[in-house]
Amino acid sequence: MKITGAEGLIKSLICEGVDTVFGYPGGQIIAVYDKLYDYQNEINHILVRHEQGAIHAAQGYARSSGKTGVVIVTSGPGATNVVTGLGDALMDSTPLVVITGQVSTAFLGTDAFQETDVVAVTQQLTKWAVQIRRPEDIPGAVARAFYIASSGRPGPVVLDIAKDAQFGLTEWSHEQCRFIRSYNPTPEIPEEDINEIAGILNNAERPLILAGHGITIANAEHSLLEVAEKGNIPVATTLLGRANLPFSHPLHKGMLGMHGNIGPNIATNKADVILALGMRFDDRITGDVSKYAPQAKIIHVDIDPSELNKIVRASKSVHGDAGKLLASILPLMQYRDRKEWLALFDKCDTTEISEVISHELHPDKEEMNMGEVIDVVSEMAPADTICVTDVGQNQMFAARYFRCRSPRSFISSGGLGTMGFGLPAAIGAKIGAEKRPVVLFVGDGGLQMTIQELGTIMTYNVDVKIVLLNNSFLGNVRQWQELFFNARFSQTQMHNPDFVRLASAYGIAGEDVTDRSMLSDAVKRMFEHDGAYLMNVRVDAKDMIFPMIPAGGVVDRILLNPTTKFSI
Amino acid sequence: MENKELFTVSVFSENTVGLLSQVALIYTRRCINIESISASTCSIPGVHKWTITSWSTRPVMEKLVLQIEKCIDVLKAFLYTDSDIFYQEVALYKVDTDLLLDEPHLEEIIRKYNARILDINRGFTVIEKTGHNSETTALFDELKRYNLRQFVRSGRVTITKSEREFVSEYIEKQNKRKNDTLQGQ
Ligand SMILES: Cc1ncc(C[n+]2csc(CCOP(=O)(O)OP(=O)(O)O)c2C)c(N)n1
Repeated sequence: MKITGAEGLIKSLICEGVDTVFGYPGGQIIAVYDKLYDYQNEINHILVRHEQGAIHAAQGYARSSGKTGVVIVTSGPGATNVVTGLGDALMDSTPLVVITGQVSTAFLGTDAFQETDVVAVTQQLTKWAVQIRRPEDIPGAVARAFYIASSGRPGPVVLDIAKDAQFGLTEWSHEQCRFIRSYNPTPEIPEEDINEIAGILNNAERPLILAGHGITIANAEHSLLEVAEKGNIPVATTLLGRANLPFSHPLHKGMLGMHGNIGPNIATNKADVILALGMRFDDRITGDVSKYAPQAKIIHVDIDPSELNKIVRASKSVHGDAGKLLASILPLMQYRDRKEWLALFDKCDTTEISEVISHELHPDKEEMNMGEVIDVVSEMAPADTICVTDVGQNQMFAARYFRCRSPRSFISSGGLGTMGFGLPAAIGAKIGAEKRPVVLFVGDGGLQMTIQELGTIMTYNVDVKIVLLNNSFLGNVRQWQELFFNARFSQTQMHNPDFVRLASAYGIAGEDVTDRSMLSDAVKRMFEHDGAYLMNVRVDAKDMIFPMIPAGGVVDRILLNPTTKFSI
Repeated sequence: MENKELFTVSVFSENTVGLLSQVALIYTRRCINIESISASTCSIPGVHKWTITSWSTRPVMEKLVLQIEKCIDVLKAFLYTDSDIFYQEVALYKVDTDLLLDEPHLEEIIRKYNARILDINRGFTVIEKTGHNSETTALFDELKRYNLRQFVRSGRVTITKSEREFVSEYIEKQNKRKNDTLQGQ
């Protein structure tokens, strides 16, 4: 029996295991929405308030669940509204299949109403983008899309489906894709490499593991823990890898990079061996590459060969899955004492606690700091809580002070640093992991970039705890202005609405927290409340995120505050 | 700054729409000018070979080639400098027949450059020469005297000096992987 392309699309999505999609209808995708109406029991469609919200929600969904996120939008403005999310998902290796409507084939290239050359626009922001012009091509393209999006280094894929392909009739059958001749997502790691790497680690005096998002994507958190423990090797995590090891595990030495912990950054330039797993030496991590890890033999393992030797030249680069590598070296690992090496981290921690952390968490001033708010929330959050952040100071403070305890519990926009990511991503994260509590830390600037998604929370009763760290400033930019532009606060002060009343208009409970004495009770109420909650916490705009390695600086030249450099 | 060299990238790909712009954008992103480009089918059924030349440095080109390979429909991409490959370009020259016929050394020029005359008519003559860029350029300089009306040079075509055929090996390996994957279900 023949069915329409639109129905074929939905049946193919179901074959690929899709039960949730995020989207927004429009003229060139209306046929698909019409068929969705028939499949409401199979597919739960989340109607967002803006397409950017749909794609960030799908990202949050993908990252909390490990599944591929699906987005359905119309042509033209619907498609261009998802562009930011595509860029974000590409940078942060997030599996997405984004379906865009397109004008009928006869109109292609004629500047028809709501025609945008979506493939051209999205080619550089996707792992694969293709236009579909015939209904019979839909199942094959869907199968290929899911295979590409979720395998190897995951990423976003765009399927741009012309209107006549949606309406046209076709025989339908779906077969999952497992092979593409020009693509190898499962490279084998040679036995010699495994032995060699284990040998290098076992002989290392001062080894350091850098654990990136690749560990999360590979679901290899446990292997990481085992290798670290068996070899007694300290681990530093990247921003997106924060939940790779429990925060308080004795071998988890903290975060790398610009606002990371002192220990890992100092250790980077003292280590004799660095094992970099599923991370890409972002400039926010390396600073000045020419002075990065000068003593270390660097072993770099990544599933994306174009990341190898891209920024940092490795002594040994391995094209492969970081999780597989960990599992293979585990039996070969030998315990070594490394007392002196591990003591370095304690020494750095002591300074960081006394010079930075204690001031942040226990300030002797009236105003609250972001860090202390996050600390209290973290203290009261259940163990499996997922921490979602927006971008800015709130993000860096959350990465530093929220204590992730279980895998996939830190979701943030890393590579692109997209303000407005947080709220929709938190919605998606909750929908992707319904049993886990979700807390969002967000600034007053970023919240207003996608604040319309409060409507989505209202409609679907999404239980997201929103901690608004409200400094009435674009805090991160303010900090740079203060440090590097003579405190000329050009266009960073925010004139804000009454957020609690705004939330209340959407039926979302909340409260203002203006004083430290109110904080812990408010956090308690937030967690006890059944449903979404918005806590609008007034924090000090003058608070700055430290330690800091200024952009392009050297990783072991760390500022403890605007005027003091760390010295060991 | 390091000195720039001329690099040749050979890309083997599936014959899909839109791949050219994707690859071109990888050059654009790094602000590298494409000197020449040619594309055609190759000896392996269904596979297209493109040859792209550009001036750059080795570290940049090594990264660029990996980024080209990252395009899903690209099978393999290889980086060469001139010593690794046999290569040729074709040039066509259109000159005034009058002036050419007055030339006492015409035969000598054609011989010396190993060029061919494709067509002669009362107005103009079309000369063809195959060779390296330096050779077609030398003939270009020579023919300027005869009112060179048009000159055009193709992109480069190349053949490797290696004994092994890496693309065929890659495809064989992938086919084996295909059988393993599909049997393993
Ligand atoms: C879409 C977007 N626009 C601009 C920026 C640049 N930017 C980075 S952080 C920041 C300030 C964020 O302010 P806010 O959301 O209030 O958070 P805070 O830093 O105060 O925690 C800005 C403007 C960005 N990252 N993303």
